[in-house]
Amino acid sequence: MDLSTFWFCVLGFLLAGYAVLDGYDLGVGILHPIAKTDEERRILMNSIGPLWDGNEVWLVAFGASFFAAFPDAYAAVFSGFYAPFMLLLPALVLRAASLEFRGKRPSLEWRRFWDRAFFGSSALAALLFGVAAGNLVAGVPVDSERLIACGVGELLRPFPLLSGILTLCLFAMHGACYLCLKTEGGLQARCHVWRKRFVLAFMVLFMAALASLAAHEASAASHMRERPFLWAFAAGGVLIAAGALRAARSGRGGRAFAGSCIIVVLTVALFCGLLYPDLAPSSLDEAWSLDAWNSASSQTTLRLMAAIALVGIPLAVAYSIFMHLVFRGKVELDQTSY
Amino acid sequence: MPDVAVLSRIQFAMTIMFHYIFPPLSIGLSLLMAVMEGLYLKTGDRTFERMARFWSSIFAANFAMGVATGVVMGFQFGTNWAGYARFVGDVFGPALAAEGILAFFLESCFLGVLIFGWDRVPPKVHFFSTLMVALGSALSAVLIVAANSWQQTPAGHVIVGSGALAKAQLVDPLAVLFNPSSVARLLHVLPGAYLQAAFAVMAVCAYYVLRRRHQDFARKGFSLGLGLGLASALAMPATGHLQAVVVARTQPAKLAAFEGLYTTRESAPLSLVGFPDDERKELRFSVEVPALLSLLVHGPGGGKVAGLEEFPRADWPPVFLSFQLYHAMIALGMAFIGWMVLSAFMLWRGKLFKSRLLMLGSVAAAAGPYLANQLGWCAAEVGRQPWVVYGALRTQDAASLGVPAGQVLASIVMFGILYLCLFAVWVYVIGTKIENGPDEAVEKNDNGIGEGGKQRLPA
Repeated sequence: MDLSTFWFCVLGFLLAGYAVLDGYDLGVGILHPIAKTDEERRILMNSIGPLWDGNEVWLVAFGASFFAAFPDAYAAVFSGFYAPFMLLLPALVLRAASLEFRGKRPSLEWRRFWDRAFFGSSALAALLFGVAAGNLVAGVPVDSERLIACGVGELLRPFPLLSGILTLCLFAMHGACYLCLKTEGGLQARCHVWRKRFVLAFMVLFMAALASLAAHEASAASHMRERPFLWAFAAGGVLIAAGALRAARSGRGGRAFAGSCIIVVLTVALFCGLLYPDLAPSSLDEAWSLDAWNSASSQTTLRLMAAIALVGIPLAVAYSIFMHLVFRGKVELDQTSY
Repeated sequence: MPDVAVLSRIQFAMTIMFHYIFPPLSIGLSLLMAVMEGLYLKTGDRTFERMARFWSSIFAANFAMGVATGVVMGFQFGTNWAGYARFVGDVFGPALAAEGILAFFLESCFLGVLIFGWDRVPPKVHFFSTLMVALGSALSAVLIVAANSWQQTPAGHVIVGSGALAKAQLVDPLAVLFNPSSVARLLHVLPGAYLQAAFAVMAVCAYYVLRRRHQDFARKGFSLGLGLGLASALAMPATGHLQAVVVARTQPAKLAAFEGLYTTRESAPLSLVGFPDDERKELRFSVEVPALLSLLVHGPGGGKVAGLEEFPRADWPPVFLSFQLYHAMIALGMAFIGWMVLSAFMLWRGKLFKSRLLMLGSVAAAAGPYLANQLGWCAAEVGRQPWVVYGALRTQDAASLGVPAGQVLASIVMFGILYLCLFAVWVYVIGTKIENGPDEAVEKNDNGIGEGGKQRLPA
């Protein structure tokens, strides 16, 4: 494997790590309105309390690695997606603030404000991630200057919007599977109901997105034809979702959550497989597409970064596992909780 | 409407200044918390445990803001500075990625144990986590300061291509990491962070002394802060001098602007105050120490110091701003030394905690290092202009020129409002935590939702 392909895969791995980890805590934010009492709201927030920060670092690591490995594509995509990213950033800031600040005053209005901020920012972030990913799959107007120049309207085409809603639903499903493990009693019963709804909604939207892709997005569809294993990823996603439903019905929440983790990984794998070797396929002229070779850093940099990644990423995985082991089990509120 | 590059500069200045309110306290406080917890494990004195717990809850609120505003910085290199990202990606990118992969994961994961794990893991595992957080934050400072220093004194790369397609290409990673200014800058930035934490700890403790609350906690905490603060304050002029010598060698126009030196002089004076006037090319109303600048830059015997006249006008940084920012920082640094020495002397004489004036002063002094750290970075970055990578890439050419100016203006307004509100909330939350004091963090529910709290809220 050459270094460009290696780095494409590392970015895929970091993105999958981010989606699996921060995916469930964005999902918890999206599901936050199902809590009915203040204690329930605290349980939901504290289910991710010690973990969300470490989870979000996967996004930081992904962004910085993207910058280092493929600077031209990073520059094009980030400046091309200026408007959506300038909505994403305040959403991420507000989300962190709502987790940190909500519990600091007993006032009802105060807490209601941060509850809304937590839900709104989580949902918006999930939606925007999906819209950005959908745009890349459908192709973006990369021009001869190797930049993306397009209006906000162009980013909100039907397929990217569908992809946004799919991502929202995917994370909500993932969050619901997570919460079924972390909650008890009436709250858990409500999580069970929402888990079922979101698994079903995901299956429908996932198939709709695939159909729309095959029918309307020529370049992505041709990738699907050339790479039959992508169909296996897609089929795997649907089958495992069905399996997760079965596991959920027979009370095996752990299996259902493992299933949703795999679904998230498969969705990211499908996204990467649809793009490879492009990072930003041009909708104007294929020759202008930014791929893993023409936008890559020098071999020296890619080699140095490979060494850093091979040391650092296994450690990051180990820390994440350690954290999830320390804070496993049902949420218990104590003096250090939010 | 101003052009995109100007707007992006305003946005970057605003977001990074807001961001830098938080990291220095995190860096310094993580070190102090490790000392507190270590002292608790060693002596068994519960006061040190209360300290570590109390400061860890302040640390949590501070750290969360640092992370949230830091993500914004990472994105902006691409959103607003596409030209920059393409030019420096090969060199600057690895430092940023190493920071994320090696430092942030370490810091953020163990932070969860540090904040939420007091009663979930054995004390030694908890202490280990505190050490890892301190290590992670120091490591991230090393990498980001090295990356910034590379922009000031680029090394270890070659420029390939030309015009808009020119870019810096990595040749020697060690030369990038240890570029001419990185060690001196790190040695100045770290004590700056320690000062911010030391003054903050002293201020909170002084407040308790004034209120006659948590006396043992406050006195021991104050002394710990004072120890770190005194050492850091004394280190500042030494490491600042080290940096100035590097600037003189590598960025002479920047040094000339810092010192308001328009004409090249054989025995250049050091101006304590002044009013640089670009039109008349002279420093007006200045108070000077003769020949001192030459002495500081070249050592005994002195030597020539280049004035701004040596450089084309287009390569001058904003002289007035550079001069005033730099001098204000130095004035504050000198005041810190005076304050720390005075406090240490009074502590030694056993009069420190009896002096209302000194305690009130300690509360007010907390603002000092916040201001000084901002001033220092502003001086460093304004003095680098008109370059974003010194001598290689002009700031004007680094912006995302394809982004509509209206969108950048809108994002400036949005960040401005968001950050103002968040800052107010953050001050309020930190203030509440301080008001509630260490015992609440230890014995009662941190959320104010104890038994009584539940009754206040409808189910």
